[in-house]
Amino acid sequence: MVSRAARLYIGLVVSVAAVLVAFVADRAMMARHQPPIPHPLAALLTLQALFLVCDSGTTPTTSRQTRWSPSSSATLAAVVLLGPVWAALVGATALLSLQRHLRLAERLFNGAMYALCGLAAGETYLACHGVVDGSSPHDFRMILLAFAAAATVHVIVNHGLIWGVHRLNRGMGMSRSDGLESSLALLLASDLGYACLGLVIASLWRIMDWFAAALVLVPLFVARWAMGQFAEQQRAYAATMNALCQAVETKDYYTRGHGDRVSRGAVMIARQIHMSAERTEAIKFAGMLHDVGKLGVPTKVLQKTGPLSEDEFAAIQLHPMRGLEIVREIGFLFEALNGIMHHHERMDGRGYPMGLAGHEIPEFARVIAVADAFDSMTTTRSYREAKSIEFALGELREGAGTQFDPVVVEAFIAAIKADPWQMPKPAAKPTDPTTVTVKDHDDPTAPLRVVEP
Amino acid sequence: MTGGTIARRTPPARMAYWQALDSGRILLLVAAAMLVIAAAAGLIALHPSQVNVRAALAFGGFIAFGELFRLALPGGREAAPIAMVGAMAYAMLLALPREYGPVTYDALLVVAVAAIGMTVGALPHIAAGRSAGLTGMCTRLVAVSCVAFIFRPIVSLVGGAALGIQVLVVALVFVVGWLVDTLVGALIRADDVGARFSVAIRDELRLQWPLGLAVGASVIIAIFGAKQLGLMELLVFIGPLLVTQLAFRRYAGIRATYLQTVRSLARVTEVAGYVEAGHSRRVSRLAVAVGRGLGLAEPELLALEYAALMHDIGQLSLSDPIPGGATLLVSPADQRRIAELGAAVIGEAGVLDDVAELVRYQSQPARGHEPGPPLGSMIIKAANAFDDMVGGSTDRNRSAAALERMRLDPVEYDAGVVAVLAEVAGRRVPSRL
Repeated sequence: MVSRAARLYIGLVVSVAAVLVAFVADRAMMARHQPPIPHPLAALLTLQALFLVCDSGTTPTTSRQTRWSPSSSATLAAVVLLGPVWAALVGATALLSLQRHLRLAERLFNGAMYALCGLAAGETYLACHGVVDGSSPHDFRMILLAFAAAATVHVIVNHGLIWGVHRLNRGMGMSRSDGLESSLALLLASDLGYACLGLVIASLWRIMDWFAAALVLVPLFVARWAMGQFAEQQRAYAATMNALCQAVETKDYYTRGHGDRVSRGAVMIARQIHMSAERTEAIKFAGMLHDVGKLGVPTKVLQKTGPLSEDEFAAIQLHPMRGLEIVREIGFLFEALNGIMHHHERMDGRGYPMGLAGHEIPEFARVIAVADAFDSMTTTRSYREAKSIEFALGELREGAGTQFDPVVVEAFIAAIKADPWQMPKPAAKPTDPTTVTVKDHDDPTAPLRVVEP
Repeated sequence: MTGGTIARRTPPARMAYWQALDSGRILLLVAAAMLVIAAAAGLIALHPSQVNVRAALAFGGFIAFGELFRLALPGGREAAPIAMVGAMAYAMLLALPREYGPVTYDALLVVAVAAIGMTVGALPHIAAGRSAGLTGMCTRLVAVSCVAFIFRPIVSLVGGAALGIQVLVVALVFVVGWLVDTLVGALIRADDVGARFSVAIRDELRLQWPLGLAVGASVIIAIFGAKQLGLMELLVFIGPLLVTQLAFRRYAGIRATYLQTVRSLARVTEVAGYVEAGHSRRVSRLAVAVGRGLGLAEPELLALEYAALMHDIGQLSLSDPIPGGATLLVSPADQRRIAELGAAVIGEAGVLDDVAELVRYQSQPARGHEPGPPLGSMIIKAANAFDDMVGGSTDRNRSAAALERMRLDPVEYDAGVVAVLAEVAGRRVPSRL
């Protein structure tokens, strides 16, 4: 799981952390530096406990846009109350994280990383003339500036080290991952917001002791509860969406699971061309729902063998519009609607319903079109067996420039190379003949034919 | 083409504000207005030395900021937790560091500062064309005033006590203020949606307690932090509050999207020509109104709404639309099959089992089986039958005839449900869900 380069990197981070902490601790010992609050050891233990409690609350959200870890507030409180070495000790508590699924390498890395964060923040705080336990209001303005600097350094070191491990080892589940690629701004903002709590704890400590930490935990827990609810609702939402899409597909035996697979393909492409997390989420749903308008097309048209009359062809051409009608009121990104509306446009302008060409076609639609055609070719139809992946990719390449966007096609091919496509199980022969569609309007190898008038 | 026409949702007619007023709201507005007048009068009589100007400005700004960042909660509610923290902390401020001067101000000053802060914070909303949220502001003002009138007279008494006592008193008075806020909110909501007051209170308490807990703890932190560090502390404190609020916003957002999605996808039956246009939405609206009249709590109402929206989803498994669309005209065996198929579709999701249950029993007669169908199923059955017979028409004779037919069939339709349905259909409530 952990690549060799990443192992090396983790070893490096751990040793640097150990050496630095030892060095600074030694210097503090030489200077006979004692934290100026009454029971420093008790404070250390309390803050470590706070760290662990906060750390156990990193709520992973399904979209993986953010991970909420307010544990930095404990480290930063230690920066103000106790000084850099002790802050590093609070950070090192991440070793003992209550998240059971963490592997040893991850624990070591997290412990070393947070220790380094605490140390760096503590040194910054001192360098900016922050006073350790100077909670008299006289110099509060000074403290505020120094604390802001310390919090910024904490966030930078934290994300910098994580970024390193990510570069070396994609796909490894570090305790706080995925952040950098998606909404960095949101993550940084929430980190800085929580960092402020460190100063609040530190300032209340003088009058309330440990109760300050307990008090601060309440809003944190409520925030975590809300995030948990959010994640739960999001899961429920996805599951419901899936079930409804399946219901829509029951009408047509051979295209069952089509929406799901197109959604998968579209997400693969979206990742490959580095779409933002939010847009990837939207294209996932757009892919799932792209054919929902087919319900408005009479079954007898969908099942007709042989060429279609003008009217029948028009009915089929209208299905993206019908889909749009259904999903228009969902609070989607506007782009997802565009994707559904235009997924049958062609690069050369001969598609439907609008006949857009080239880059007039919205990006979502160009992505969905490729995933759509690919799935249609690689699944069994009543008039032919499923084609192989190689054949389908060849067809896509052939159509690049005329039917498909070449950039999207290349991205899809690259994505499939990196992460092989799971072929669906070949469909067993249907038992109910009324559920068989003879023509597949998505299939580029068998285009719809219209009777010449 | 056989596809049904798309039902275009008519936008709810915009009522003038005074038309939407009802007794509870008028009472609230009058109370808030009287408070503001009293505060203005008190302010004039006040000697400038009695006002801690810096504190008033800092907390007023905090309140305005909080009003600016309001929070939409599930069910169309609106809260302003940050404004609430600011106002409550100002009402119960015990002391500030020496150089900020004394804080022995009057309760009326608190009312004035809160009112001004809220108004300033509401101005950008008005400028952006959103609703000013007057009702919510008045509710908060009344709650804050209660706290201020209780706490300001005893400030020096509390200030002299031990720290533990101080925290305890602050917490208790906050709970009183928060309960006032919740009760007034429930009163207004009960009026708005036509729910029973007792049910509305329970709903409100269940929904608001996590937020109340966070606000309460934040108030305590703000009060003692300000005592220790002065007003700059408020600046530091606003960060974590915003982050917490963000978490709530995401939660409320996904709930809203979820509901919109089910509403939209439930219409696939209409687009595919299985049912008449607008049917599922009308049935769900009726069902929710009846459920509310029967005193269902909010989570049950949500399940009822989902079930009513998707009650025809089982028809998608039929290869051809039923002529005319109405399930009422289908044989009981087919009705049961459609209900079963629909329940299977919804059960597939794995997270909506209660909804699936309601859909499964929607065709079962109200009497004759033991145990009978769940209340929600009986409501959907009645609402569905009513809409099948009456449709979108507002003809009173047609609706009376439909109700009469249902009344004469107490085995099929539960008498209690039909009675409330008659009441709801007679009202034809404005469709605020």
